Amino acid sequence: MTATAVELTEVTKNFGRTEIIRGVSLAVAPRERHAVIGPNGAGKSTLFNLISGRLTPTAGKVRLNGEDITGLKPFEINRRGLSRSFQVTNIFPRLTVWENVRCAVLWSLGYKYSFWHDVDALPDVRRRTEEVLDEINLLDRRRMQAGVLAYADQRALEIGITIAGGAEIILLDEPTAGMSHVETDAAVALIRKVSEARTLIMIEHDMGVVFDLADRISVLVYGQIIASDTPARIKADPAVQQAYLGTAA
Amino acid sequence: MTDLAKPATRAAPSVDAPALARRYGAWIVTALVLAVLPKIFTSGSALTMMSLMGIMIVFALSYNMLLGQTGMLSFGHAVYYGLGGFLAVHAMNTFARDGLPIPVALVPLVGALSGLLFGIIFGAVSTRRGGTAFAMISLGLGELVGSSSLILRSFFGGEEGISTNRTKLFHVLGLTFGPQLQVYYLIAGWCLLSMIAMYALTCTPFGRMCNAVRDNPERAQFVGYNPQTVRFIAFCLSGLFAGIAGGLAAINFEIVNAGYVGAEQSGTVLLATFVGGVGNFIGPVLGAILVTYLQVMLSDVTEIWQLYFGLMFIGMVMFAPGGLAGLLMMHAPLWHARVLHRVLPAYLLALVPGLITLTGASLVIEMSYLLLVKASSGTAMTFLRVPFDAAGPLPWVVAAVLLVGGFWVFRRTWPVVADAWSDALGQARTRAPA
Repeated sequence: MTATAVELTEVTKNFGRTEIIRGVSLAVAPRERHAVIGPNGAGKSTLFNLISGRLTPTAGKVRLNGEDITGLKPFEINRRGLSRSFQVTNIFPRLTVWENVRCAVLWSLGYKYSFWHDVDALPDVRRRTEEVLDEINLLDRRRMQAGVLAYADQRALEIGITIAGGAEIILLDEPTAGMSHVETDAAVALIRKVSEARTLIMIEHDMGVVFDLADRISVLVYGQIIASDTPARIKADPAVQQAYLGTAA
Repeated sequence: MTDLAKPATRAAPSVDAPALARRYGAWIVTALVLAVLPKIFTSGSALTMMSLMGIMIVFALSYNMLLGQTGMLSFGHAVYYGLGGFLAVHAMNTFARDGLPIPVALVPLVGALSGLLFGIIFGAVSTRRGGTAFAMISLGLGELVGSSSLILRSFFGGEEGISTNRTKLFHVLGLTFGPQLQVYYLIAGWCLLSMIAMYALTCTPFGRMCNAVRDNPERAQFVGYNPQTVRFIAFCLSGLFAGIAGGLAAINFEIVNAGYVGAEQSGTVLLATFVGGVGNFIGPVLGAILVTYLQVMLSDVTEIWQLYFGLMFIGMVMFAPGGLAGLLMMHAPLWHARVLHRVLPAYLLALVPGLITLTGASLVIEMSYLLLVKASSGTAMTFLRVPFDAAGPLPWVVAAVLLVGGFWVFRRTWPVVADAWSDALGQARTRAPA
């Protein structure tokens, strides 16, 4: 049994000569709900891209359950049990809601590139797809084309696709961005539910959501983590107040 | 909830007649139609045309596995059709020469394997990237194979190609495949099998992930799939079915030449697929039927039929990007609500001036062609069986009146059609519970 679900060691990322991530080390324990906060342009989404394989680090190591995954492709990392959502809704717009979730279920149930199974006649796939749709409250809209869903529903679908494969580790990039208060409350309840017994790392701007959900918080400023601690201590940390909370509040 | 319950009953081992009919009904009807068509259209030319349609249906459906299902725009799909045809024709000659007990009916398998083999070879190169990169590589590969077909004479037979004689092969059940009727049934059988197989493919995990990769290749990566692998498998299987079409063509024409692998053939299949509609399984079938019909009929009527083809393609891309199938599917809600008859009068109203406009346009095109390109052989011509002199002013006045006047009236029918459409759609919405 390894002590950390996700571990970053001295990770840096340069775009040309610009350093976006400047030596980030971070350890997230299994079943922890971890929030990454920081001002705009701090590199939060870049950090997610580095963990999930969308980008390759310039230097440093990323480990998943102790295994080095630096430089692996997104699908290889996904198959090792890490799944992520996106800040800008990233779904399959021309497929139905049902098919969106089902596509995210198929690999985890071992169907891979099968061209000999009838996809409509797989009871395990159907059961899992139903479960996920029930969890994200989209069962009644399952036949709609995903591209025409309301914004909040698309955000819910985004989370549904992320959790459908049953990944142990989930990365959510600003899951409540652009939502109304009511929608945010529903989203928080959903995130709380789906992250039970899982490791969750989320980027979030809404401090109410962050302090409500997170076990620990990391503050990223200009590509460096300046503090990583419990919500109470983060609130009290003078460096954080000066660098981030002080200016934002 | 009823929809969720339905697949559960299907999975049960009990024999459920309505479910079976729903699932296989369309294929049984298709098989019956294919079987009786030669009894209805008995002439030799009709039989030839239906054979061509069957080949084109397989070819266009194989192309749509790339374009419509996986979102890959290929400009060189004829490579797999043509190479399938060439290897089939060589195989037929070998079988006949060595007296091997292999009947003609199995020759499309040679095409299938060749298409698959070249799909694997060229697919490994071209499917690493999607989008524009894939399209450009497919164009390059098409040119490569197209030009080698004129260089490697021993295999491709140069300008005249490679010919064969299908009747020299091993006969089973007394079938010589001399008469076109036997060839038609051979093509119809393979066409039906290929259609069923290609439709079944769309209903598999792989088929669904093709759609996912088409919609959003990046997100597909984050649910565990490598889009390159999805594209590669789609490409190989598409090559396999294109090879079947090529094998059928080799049997039908008994000759295969450089034109089979060339850019023009690649263009034709793109055009047929797109005109039929890429968003629906049935689209390429409709496109293949229409394009084959027009190819045969129009080339009898006018020398510049390709010009009309191009105009039709442009018109479809601009005004009906969903193709014929898209236009039909647009009317599905009206059909279900039984209000389709409410739009038909408006369509008829628009059709008459529309046809007059087209007649005028076509008259201008034909007269211009005669005067500009073929003036040396005289200016006398016939159009719609009316003989006249294209150099005189009267035909031009008539053409102008038909074109401008027809369009003037046609333009005025558009609001009528739009009104009828929105009325009918409104009624369909209120009648049908969402």
